[in-house]
Amino acid sequence: MSGIWVYAEQRNGQFKKVTLELLSAGRKLADRLQQELCAVLPGKGVAGLAGTLGEYGADKVYVLEADALEHYTTDGYTNAVTALVQEHRPFAFLLGCTVLGRDLAAHVAQRLNTGLFTDCTALELEDGQLVFTRPIYAGKAFVKGVCPEARPVMATVRPNVLSVDPPQAGRTAQVVQVAPQVGEIRQTVKEVVRQESTRPELTEADIIVSGGRGMKGPENFKLLEELADVMGAAVGASRAAVDAGWVPHSMQVGQTGKTVSPVLYIACGISGAIQHLAGMSSSKCIVAINKDPEAPIFKVADYGIVGDLFEVLPVLAQEVKKLKEEG
Amino acid sequence: MKIVVLLKQTFDTEAKISLDAGGRINRQGVNLIINPYDEYAVEEALRLKEKHGGEVTVVSVGEAQVQDALRQALAMGADKAVLVSPDGVEVDEYSTAVILAKAVARQEYDIVLAGWRAIDDGSAQVAARVAEILGLPMVNMVTKLEVNGGRAVATREIEGGVEVVEVPLPAVITAQKGLNEPRYPSMKGIMQAKKKPLEKLGLSDLGLDPAQAAPKVKILQYFLPAARAAGKILPGEPAEAAAALAKALREEAKVI
Repeated sequence: MSGIWVYAEQRNGQFKKVTLELLSAGRKLADRLQQELCAVLPGKGVAGLAGTLGEYGADKVYVLEADALEHYTTDGYTNAVTALVQEHRPFAFLLGCTVLGRDLAAHVAQRLNTGLFTDCTALELEDGQLVFTRPIYAGKAFVKGVCPEARPVMATVRPNVLSVDPPQAGRTAQVVQVAPQVGEIRQTVKEVVRQESTRPELTEADIIVSGGRGMKGPENFKLLEELADVMGAAVGASRAAVDAGWVPHSMQVGQTGKTVSPVLYIACGISGAIQHLAGMSSSKCIVAINKDPEAPIFKVADYGIVGDLFEVLPVLAQEVKKLKEEG
Repeated sequence: MKIVVLLKQTFDTEAKISLDAGGRINRQGVNLIINPYDEYAVEEALRLKEKHGGEVTVVSVGEAQVQDALRQALAMGADKAVLVSPDGVEVDEYSTAVILAKAVARQEYDIVLAGWRAIDDGSAQVAARVAEILGLPMVNMVTKLEVNGGRAVATREIEGGVEVVEVPLPAVITAQKGLNEPRYPSMKGIMQAKKKPLEKLGLSDLGLDPAQAAPKVKILQYFLPAARAAGKILPGEPAEAAAALAKALREEAKVI
C-alpha cells in the first residue's frame, strides 16, 4: 500500500487547475512519505498530456486510453479507474472536487469499500496519517477526520485552496500505458451542450463578481459582466437572483449553490443572508457594494461601499481598467 | 411504477451552527427540514407517479425525529415511509449507504430518486454508494427527467453546460435544483399522512450486524471558522469610493 495518486482531470487537452494543485500537494506528501506520486489519466488521445503532469511533479503517469473513455460516463470511468487502483493499491487517491471528481470518487470509493472525504480545504500528514479538513453546513463549520484502516484513503479537494508550485521544465514522468478495463457502460450520452464562455468557471475563478436582489433585473447583470471581463473574473449570483429567474442556478453561490474560495469576491446588491455567506466567506478578500448600511454582508467584508451599485460599478470597472493598463 | 426516494432530514438553511459542550454540532433549538435536494426528489417521484401510476416509498436513516420529515413527504403525496434507526451506532456515508441499500432492497422499485447532496454534510456520496451496492446505473445532478419504456432520459449538469444521458431502469437518479418546484402539502394531504404507513426498523430487522455498517472514516474534531472582522467602509460619492476601492484592491489587498 504505497503511492500517492492524483486523478488528472482535463477537458479539451487542458488540465483543470485543481489537478495541478493536487500534484503540488501530492508531491510534498510523496516526498515526506518517500512514496511515488502517480497520476491517473483516462481519456482518448490524452497520452500527449502526460509530460505536463511530469513537469508538475508526477513520477509516474498511468494513461488509460480507450474510445469508450472519450467522454466521461460514470460506469466507464468507475470501472477503469477502480481496476487500476485495485491492481496497484496506493496509500492515497486524491481527486479534484469538480462535477466529474465528485461523481467518480463516490463510485470508486464504494467499489473499494473505503472512506471518502469530500470537498476538502486542507490535508495534513500527522504521524503517517492523512488528516483531512472539510466544510460542513456549506462552511458554517468544519470537521477534521481520518480514514484509519481502509485503503486507499480517498478525498476530493476543493479547487482554489491549494497552491500550485511552478512546473520544472524537463522533469519527466514514467509513462505507463494501460489497456483500461472499461466494462459495460450503462449510461449513453445522447447530447452535450456547453455554453463556451471566455470567463473562468465559478469554482476555479480567482475573482468573482456576484449580484443579488439589488441588481433589480436580469438585464443589469451586464454591469457585472463588464466588470468581470476587465478583471478576468467569473460572474456569480445569490439565491434571490436565481429564484427570481434572472440567472441560471449554475451561477448560484451559497448553501444550495456553489461554495467558492476565490482571492477576491465582490458582492453587489447582496444583503448577505447566512446561506449566502456560508458559500463565500472563505474568500480571501471580500468587497460589498450595497445601499443598505445595515446589510449583514458588511460584517464580513474587508472593503465596503454604501451606495448605489449602478453608479459604483461602471466607475469601478473604469478604474480597474486604468490600473491594469498602467501595469 | 414503483419509486423509492432516499430522504434525509437536515437543519434549515438559515440555521446558525454552534458547538455543544462536547465539541459536537449543537442540535438544540434548530429548525429541521427535508433536505432541499431530497424535496426535489420527492416532488419528481410524485410527478412520475401522477404520470405513470404506481407507488412512492420514502426511506430514511435516522433517529425518531426524522419521522417529521417522512410525514411531510407523505403529506406531499408519498404512499409509505420507512425509517431505519442506526440504533445509536455512529454512521458515516458508507454506513448510511449500507443501511439504505438494505432497506431499499426490501422494496420493489423501478427507480430510486435522491437529492444529489445534503446541505448539512454536503458529501454527495450516499446515493452513489447505494447505486454501487445495489448494482444500479446512476445519473447525478439531474435537472430534467423523462421515463419511458424501461429507460430514463436525464439532463444533468456538468461544468460549463449540460448533458443528456440515457440509462436503463432500474436506476438511481439524483436531483439538482431546477428539476422542479416542490409542492406544499395540502390540508387534506396532511390529514391523510397521519394514516399512511410509516415503518420503523432497526438494523437487526434488516439482517444487519452493526459491524457491517461500521464507518470507514473517523471524525477527530469539529470547529467553527474564524469570524471575519468587518473591514472598512470607503466613504465619499460613488465615483470617489469606487476609485478608492480599485486603489485599495491593488495596493493594499494586492488582489488585482
